[in-house]
Amino acid sequence: MPTFVYMTKCDGCGKCVDICPSDIMHIDPVYRRALNIEPNFCWECYSCVKECPQNAIDVRGYADFAPLGHSVRVLREPEKGTVSWKIRYRDGRLKEFTFPIRTTPWGSIRGPSQYDAPDTKGLSSPLLAHEPEALKIEKLPTLPAEGKKQV
Amino acid sequence: MGLFSSRKTRVVDSDVLIIGGGFGGCGVAYESRYWGRDMKIVVVEKANIERSGAVAHGLSAINCYMGMQWGENQPDDFVRYARGDLLGLVREDLLYDIARHVDSSVHQFEEWGLPIMKDPKTGHYQREGRWQIMIHGESYKPIVAEAARKSATEVINRVMVTHLLMDRTRPNRVAGAVGFNVRDGTFYVFRAKSVVVTAGGASHIFRPRSIGEGAGRTWYSPWSTASAYTLLIQAGAKMIQMENRIVLTRFKDGYGPVGAWFLLLKTYATNAYGEKYEASRFDEIKALVGKYAEIKPMPTCLRNHAMIQEMKAGKGPIYMHTQESLDSKEKEEIGWEDFLDMTIDQAVVWASQNIDPKEKPSELIASEPYVMGSHATCSGAWASGPEDFAPSDYQWGYNRMTTVEGLFGAGDTIGGSAHKFSSGSFTEGRIAGKSAVKYVLDHANDPPQIDEAQIDTYRELIFRPLENFEVGRNEIVAGTVAPGYIYPIHGLQRLEKIMDEYAGGVSTFYLTNEPMLNRGLELLGMLKEDLAHIGADSMHQLQRAWELNHRVWTAEAVMRHTLFRQETRWPGYYYRGDHPKLNDDDWHVFTCSQYIPKTDEWQMTKLPVHHILP
Repeated sequence: MPTFVYMTKCDGCGKCVDICPSDIMHIDPVYRRALNIEPNFCWECYSCVKECPQNAIDVRGYADFAPLGHSVRVLREPEKGTVSWKIRYRDGRLKEFTFPIRTTPWGSIRGPSQYDAPDTKGLSSPLLAHEPEALKIEKLPTLPAEGKKQV
Repeated sequence: MGLFSSRKTRVVDSDVLIIGGGFGGCGVAYESRYWGRDMKIVVVEKANIERSGAVAHGLSAINCYMGMQWGENQPDDFVRYARGDLLGLVREDLLYDIARHVDSSVHQFEEWGLPIMKDPKTGHYQREGRWQIMIHGESYKPIVAEAARKSATEVINRVMVTHLLMDRTRPNRVAGAVGFNVRDGTFYVFRAKSVVVTAGGASHIFRPRSIGEGAGRTWYSPWSTASAYTLLIQAGAKMIQMENRIVLTRFKDGYGPVGAWFLLLKTYATNAYGEKYEASRFDEIKALVGKYAEIKPMPTCLRNHAMIQEMKAGKGPIYMHTQESLDSKEKEEIGWEDFLDMTIDQAVVWASQNIDPKEKPSELIASEPYVMGSHATCSGAWASGPEDFAPSDYQWGYNRMTTVEGLFGAGDTIGGSAHKFSSGSFTEGRIAGKSAVKYVLDHANDPPQIDEAQIDTYRELIFRPLENFEVGRNEIVAGTVAPGYIYPIHGLQRLEKIMDEYAGGVSTFYLTNEPMLNRGLELLGMLKEDLAHIGADSMHQLQRAWELNHRVWTAEAVMRHTLFRQETRWPGYYYRGDHPKLNDDDWHVFTCSQYIPKTDEWQMTKLPVHHILP
């Protein structure tokens, strides 16, 4: 059923419910733990798996085309800036990978209000915020206005 | 008043209301805050902006980057490429506009912390292909969402917008939107001086190849539910190219990406008998599309076409020979990260089927069709172009404003501007955000007038599926079969069946014709009537009910446009059996529809394609 939740690991914190893009991770009213209520709307995006503090969520590939016995486990460590994968094949082979996810501290992005306010005259120019500097070329390319006349 | 329509209501005022917190919406938030420091900028998102939209799980490449700083490409080159890929029919002004700005967006992503791979020799971004650069993009969305959160006055998660509100006295002026919280059912009324729709295109309007659990593994996210189009259609905006659905050649079932394999790793595909089939079908393609067959690289749809014909000829499965290219540890990592960053399920498929790409080839397939405006396809709204060079009939005051006053769009919403992908959608959002700020300032003395009667109508309408269920369930013992209502999934399956069988889905090898489309429209008309009888047993199902509504209206637009264009412009995306060839004499135009809310009619017209670049 794409994602599923281990009964003994889930503590019902609801982080998966909060993050799921498809609104399919819900809290079971009887067990007070999470479950996937609509496996056929699960994209296997792993957002909930990565978010779970208890590592309680796993994925069993779509029954339509994924034979049993595999596992693709993930550990996302935002503070270290990495994501690590462990892929176990149906026949037992194992592959492991670690990739970077971010080069700056979380929360460090400078919001647009932290820059000097632009002159409102700039609203009539085609330049967007931080341009032309951010383009790393001298000036914004444009086309001759003849296009207008041709019509 | 309905049984469920008396409920908690929250009214939210804004200068710029952004509907959809994907890449387009995040771009709008950033740029509108940059120019509109004191403005109230609100993002409304039906999921959680941290992981929402089609980039929720990440990406392994940025597919739109010019590299102007290194002289790699110029905007003109990009326009010619996208024009060729869509067989001539694009809004060149919009494409040029995205291309000239997109590098600055990508440079910002890098500054924010997105790891972009570098070519060790040149120090330039590592190219995957001419337009693509490689990234470690698992956290692409959370990074961009952080910037959006720092920009917006408020990000409202878990609220689905169902309808736009129109001005009380000016029927072509947007005034806001309505929707509901998909968890607690709060009714939301957004009163806005400008609205930017940056919602998603459409998966699941055509029946997917996998119909069990695997229905979730559509290539395009299942939460892309056509709001990008239906919100605008119902508001009376002009839409273009809605017939231009896209079919993707991908690894079978997992729908893992093939770009890095074809472009960077130089992997090749053959039919089951080891034959490279694209070149051998050139003459046949030329007979269908004439001069467009000569375009290099071969347009996406024509590559699909060659593969589809092989399969029809009984020469499948089609194989990607991954084992030929993974000759180093480094290449193996690139191949795997390509999936793990953006289509994790493909790794699941390989692990479960004991396929090690180093050792054996993998099957390719042509997917079910999707409707989008940001990939190798350009369905969407007819929008005003850039002030400095757009042809006069492509320009009516504000860049990226639709034909509805005060209503803007970006990303999948805007038609005619293919190949935007993530960076281009964000960039188009920035363009729209700046325009919306200008619009609000220019119209400071002329705010929209809210129509309370419209709000009351929508409040009753939005929650009606709850009432349908509550009343209807009393007639039956238990179960899902009732005479008075159907569940959203029932309606969705009917929609997918209609579109698949009559509008060019996989079961007919993407083939349709006028009688099929007319019959499909007849059946779709009944489904539209049945939308009044959808039953929802929870807020979650109420969300599914409105997603279905958005998909059905967009599907109708797709069928009407497909019927209107009497040619086969993009073999490999779909075929008109009654008009099997490309016909430039009559159809080198955009197809345009406009739904007229007052009379409940659709008007179809042709709009000119201007080539502003030679």
